[in-house]
Amino acid sequence: MRKLALNDEILLKIEKPARYIGNEVNSVMKDPEKVDIRFAMCFPDVYEIGMSHLGIQILYDMFNQWEDVWCERVYSPWVDLDKVMRERSIPLFALESQEPVKDFDFLGITLQYEMCYTNILQVLDLAGIPLKAADRSDADPIVIGGGPCAYNPEPLADFFDLFYIGEGETSYRRLLDLFKENKKNKGTRQDFLESAAQVGGIYVPSFYDAAYHADGTLAAFTPNNEHAPSTVNKQVVMDLDDTYYPKKPVVPFIKVTQDRVVLEIQRGCIRGCRFCQAGMLYRPTRERSAERLKEYAREMLRSTGHEEISLSSLSSSDYSCLRELVNFLIGEFKGKGINISLPSLRIDAFSLDVMERVQDVRKSSLTFAPEAGSQRMRNVINKGLTEEEILNGAGQAFEGGWNKVKLYFMLGLPTETEEDMKAIPELADRIARRYYEIPKEKRNGKCQITTSTSFFIPKPFTPFQWARMYSNDEYIARAATVKHAFHDQLNRKSLKYNWHDAEITVLEGVFARGDRRTGKVIEEAYRLGCIYDAWTEVFDYEKWLKAFENTGVDMAFYNERERGMDELFPWDFIDIGVTKEFLKREWQRAMEGKVTPNCREQCSGCGAAGFGGGVCFEGKN
Amino acid sequence: MKARIKFRKYGVMRFIGHLDVMRHFQKVMRRAQIPIAFTGGYSPHMIMSFAQPLGVGITSDGEYLDIELTEPIGSKQAAEQMNEVIAEGMEVVSFVYIPEEKKYSGMTITAAAEYRVSLLKSSRSAGKIKAVPASWKEAAERFLGQESIVVMKKTKRSEKKVDIRPFIYEIEAEDAGIRMFLAAGSENNLKPDLVMDEFLKFAGEDPDKVPVHIHRLDIFAKNDKIPAETEKTKEKGTGLVTLESLGTIRG
Repeated sequence: MRKLALNDEILLKIEKPARYIGNEVNSVMKDPEKVDIRFAMCFPDVYEIGMSHLGIQILYDMFNQWEDVWCERVYSPWVDLDKVMRERSIPLFALESQEPVKDFDFLGITLQYEMCYTNILQVLDLAGIPLKAADRSDADPIVIGGGPCAYNPEPLADFFDLFYIGEGETSYRRLLDLFKENKKNKGTRQDFLESAAQVGGIYVPSFYDAAYHADGTLAAFTPNNEHAPSTVNKQVVMDLDDTYYPKKPVVPFIKVTQDRVVLEIQRGCIRGCRFCQAGMLYRPTRERSAERLKEYAREMLRSTGHEEISLSSLSSSDYSCLRELVNFLIGEFKGKGINISLPSLRIDAFSLDVMERVQDVRKSSLTFAPEAGSQRMRNVINKGLTEEEILNGAGQAFEGGWNKVKLYFMLGLPTETEEDMKAIPELADRIARRYYEIPKEKRNGKCQITTSTSFFIPKPFTPFQWARMYSNDEYIARAATVKHAFHDQLNRKSLKYNWHDAEITVLEGVFARGDRRTGKVIEEAYRLGCIYDAWTEVFDYEKWLKAFENTGVDMAFYNERERGMDELFPWDFIDIGVTKEFLKREWQRAMEGKVTPNCREQCSGCGAAGFGGGVCFEGKN
Repeated sequence: MKARIKFRKYGVMRFIGHLDVMRHFQKVMRRAQIPIAFTGGYSPHMIMSFAQPLGVGITSDGEYLDIELTEPIGSKQAAEQMNEVIAEGMEVVSFVYIPEEKKYSGMTITAAAEYRVSLLKSSRSAGKIKAVPASWKEAAERFLGQESIVVMKKTKRSEKKVDIRPFIYEIEAEDAGIRMFLAAGSENNLKPDLVMDEFLKFAGEDPDKVPVHIHRLDIFAKNDKIPAETEKTKEKGTGLVTLESLGTIRG
């Protein structure tokens, strides 16, 4: 019988014991005696969130296909168990073997959002691994970070031995081979880090020194070890049809956020929205073939028994075989009681037809993400969606029986004026008016237009990386402006407005573009008791303010300063293929309100063509 | 066409709650390609119903779910296909065909359940069992000999006094644990932990200080039509038979 790390008394007392027992269908068990490398793969949030992440499923599958590696999963214990583990000194364990993470060779942590940073410290702390890489010994696991936040790893530099920049499918084999070799040669931790630093995409933070100007900006960022390159190159998989994909993903017992088969149809995005980090990081756009995806769909539905399948990518409407794939999924699986969950699609005749075939029109809603209310503002952010397109799409949908619309916008975008803010409720109202143009007898009661705004956070490697943010109070004031303007609309009774919290926004802002010196704020916040900051019921802003105060780090320096065009950024040592020159050009065009065409309309020379494939070479073979 | 699946739940699966066991079986049906029927509408769901939910922490040798099939499948084949894809800690014991009528559904006919409650050395582990004190044999007899056993039963709104004695059919102290045969189902459902607490108090113990593990042995139905002499029939003088015995195996 399976042994468990937690005893019955604990498991019967805490919420959802299924989070901690492993044993799920398709989870991988191996004989620890027969593997060379034990890899603990961690998503530093609760099980239900972590289990919904495709990237980890891909890497888990890849590692476990290798005979010499056993990859297991680790998630953050929820606050109830966190307390018990601290009281009784129970070390954090991996789900499969139920053995302590501290005894593993690697602890890989995916960095998906800034607000999980204190959970990383929680994981290290509960595992009994020193929080700082500098304090670790040869007996501790190598702690490696990856994922989107690894593109500015600096706030976390002290806590990680390594970062992996880019897509995991490419360099891990080489890295693990070096680890084995080093072990065989009885090399030290330092020896391994030195060899790892030479692998593509690997960044060893301790091999670099940061120097600062008197005004606090970065003066220089230089290697202090001869094995460390001055530039770290992003890793990409160029042939998505010939790589790893989890045909037997782990099937959780409890309901998780993404409880379905997920088909990743493409990576990257051709659109070039200037606020969007993913749109720049994952260039060039690369597609998987419809044939391969059909095979995966069949195989994955059979191996999991899931009753739903969904497609995943940025801007799915741009996937060139979308029609073929969606029609296949509906034809093949709809009759077998499988739900087809559609990604957000551009509203047109095709998507409306598909939506009608897979969901109940009365219950479902349409989603638009204009991101900005005025056309001027949409040109600034390069969101090529016009008001006409929105009103036409909504109009077609209303005539087809829909009456619910969700709208997503950002506040606090560069150059935003009060007029731009007020344009948000005006657009929502115009959509409602379009609905009430339909004769009363033909429409489906009242319409419901729900508008949500979040506050814009400038991210590294985007054309807006130079932009300033605002204070908490200023954000609330902007949301209030929008709220008041909603009251002035003709159809206000059909309009609903929600806005995001500003407290989390300013913290995310600091850590998105923070440098090494912001790491101590994370550590202090953790010491003060912060974990699960992404969870409103746990989040404690006062403690964060105290952490900034105690460490003397000034939030305004990171958030409320427009950066100079020649400023050296903490993340500039990473080469994502898209050049800083291109980003500068895009920032200038934004200031001029000029739209840049998408990759399929015209190449704008961002630099990603250097990878030698994807959309940059479409039709050029 | 309807079938009844009998399954075991043991090991770490005792920490998986009833709703998640249901979800697990839905996925097992698809993985094992059992020709299960669906309801109509926009979000069709499988036609499946469980006889009696099992609480978290409890293991069982006799759980049941009834399903509707679109085409026949051999009993042995169905059980094998499911066992190939079911989680460790669950096992399909049998797959039998049952009558169509609703009054024969497991949920409707469940009338009793048999449990074994073992004493544990510590609440930390259900694996380490302690022998039952010899004196409890006689205590169990006396316990059952009472005319009434009145307990406070909590409902959502209030507490009320209930005599549970009529719903305790048997209770016997064996070496491996206390075996009890209790009323179950929609009419009079008696929980084994409640009975155990009462028995412990009766035997002069503090229930909070006696860690136990509950194991369900089987679920029974009242069936007057089946003669009490058949081999599978549980002789209780009340005509109770296992839910499994009300179905037939098909090749």
